Amino acid sequence: MNRTVPAWLWTSALAAYLFLYLPLLVVVVFSFNDSKLNAEWVGFTTAWYSKLFRNGEMLMAARNSLLIALVASIVSTFLGTMAGFALHKYRMRVLPVLVVAPIAIPEILMGVALLMFFVMLNLSLGLVSITLSHIAFCIGYVALVVRARLSGMDESLVEAARDCGATPLEAFRYVTFPLILPGVIAGSLMAFTLSIDDFVITFFTAGAAASTLPLQIYSMVKIAVTPEVNAISTLLLLLTLLLITVAARIAPGLLRMND
Amino acid sequence: MSDAPQQPGSAREKWFVAGPPLAYLIVFFAIPTLLMVVASFRVAGEFGGLAPLRSESGAWNLTLTNYGRFFETSLYLELFAKSFVYALVTTVLCLALAYPVAWLIAHSPKKYRDLLLLLVILPFWSNFLIRVYAWMIILGPEWALARALNTLLGLVGIAPVTLMFSPFAVIVVLVYVHLPFMVLPLYANLEKHDPTLLDAARDLGAHAWQRFRHITWPLSLPGVFAGSALVFIPAFGIFAVPDLVGGTDGIMIGNVIKQQFLESRDWPFGSVLSIVLTVSALVLTGLAALAARPRRSAA
Repeated sequence: MNRTVPAWLWTSALAAYLFLYLPLLVVVVFSFNDSKLNAEWVGFTTAWYSKLFRNGEMLMAARNSLLIALVASIVSTFLGTMAGFALHKYRMRVLPVLVVAPIAIPEILMGVALLMFFVMLNLSLGLVSITLSHIAFCIGYVALVVRARLSGMDESLVEAARDCGATPLEAFRYVTFPLILPGVIAGSLMAFTLSIDDFVITFFTAGAAASTLPLQIYSMVKIAVTPEVNAISTLLLLLTLLLITVAARIAPGLLRMND
Repeated sequence: MSDAPQQPGSAREKWFVAGPPLAYLIVFFAIPTLLMVVASFRVAGEFGGLAPLRSESGAWNLTLTNYGRFFETSLYLELFAKSFVYALVTTVLCLALAYPVAWLIAHSPKKYRDLLLLLVILPFWSNFLIRVYAWMIILGPEWALARALNTLLGLVGIAPVTLMFSPFAVIVVLVYVHLPFMVLPLYANLEKHDPTLLDAARDLGAHAWQRFRHITWPLSLPGVFAGSALVFIPAFGIFAVPDLVGGTDGIMIGNVIKQQFLESRDWPFGSVLSIVLTVSALVLTGLAALAARPRRSAA
């Protein structure tokens, strides 16, 4: 369909795209600015990056973030794939609610509920409690992506394999699994990104001992706007860009959100 | 949902597959949520947290006073009303910004659609705090925006204003952070519209506004509703945005919940606030869904 679109429509859509990108551009550009103030362009420097790499707390936070995201995405990929499979194949009553609820309710509720839960269990807050919480909210996302992939799959392929004498496990291993693999990988990348970016739930379940990149950024930003934050933000933006590009390549349907 | 036939004797297989994720979500989601519901009826501990569930005499230590406290003063109801207004304004602004974008993507050549959509999603995948932080720079007093505005205000003799740390900053950032949530469901809906309907309307002499008012808009209501729910619910309960850019005037209910848990350490009252927040967010979106229904059938 290629009709003439009124100019005001183009303009407003263009304005919306500018609105989306200009702020991020500002952050990136000023990460190379040779001034402590994020106000005027003074000159090019990479000093903020080298300062960043000498910042012990920030490096520790980055290590924590990567570790948590790695463990959380692996575990939630397994559990989420199973959940997605169960949602597709069986008539479940409780599971659909438990899969969608963490996504549908305000994040702060899950954060404070888990905080109380861990404290009641006498589990000291830290890397473990953060990771356990991240797995809980990532399962749903993986499950939805995997289920979407499964519902697009031709069921008769599995039946054919079974008719040819494959056991249910073999049919899964050699037919279903390769077919849903792009969905599984896309789901795990999604879980990784969600985990590494999460602020609210991490904020409540981290306690005083452990810090992650978002928590570190939060505490820096609370005190002052500094170009060091621009530098770490730029690096995180790059990482996210990389992950989403890979995910979009593997499963273009991920972008549709037709669920 | 699939209607795959359930084979007999597959019960063991079913629990083998569904059991682990079910167990995990029960332990780390259902139980904590239920504990919070119980906590909202419990008594606060002397040094924060919770008092024992049963007192030394063995009586249950449960009370309704936490809920009473919520309605005792107008403070909390006002805070809820304020958060509601902020979330509503955010939702309406997101809708106004997102509709042209979603419509244009849905009507652009197929080969560009994925790219245009990806361009909307990318900022959404970038870290939430970075997106807030970007506006802390832009709305900051040293930046051109504030300076230009204040020069202008100075010309007409109005005292300079600060953009940061105000309800204005909260709304701008809330719109920015949630915009993609509105574009995606709107696009998914608009893409499915049958273009021949618009052609028919045009042939019958309907001009552009009439075609929008009587065809596109009513058909897009499910998308409008889905997007609004995706924007409204998180915006209603947000605490990081008002915390960072709201100053004292821009405080929302999320900030008070955070304060109850981390500063006052009054868990029962914090639980009450969280439950009222969640229930009212879900009820409001439910009501909006009902309101959207009759008009949809009239279309």
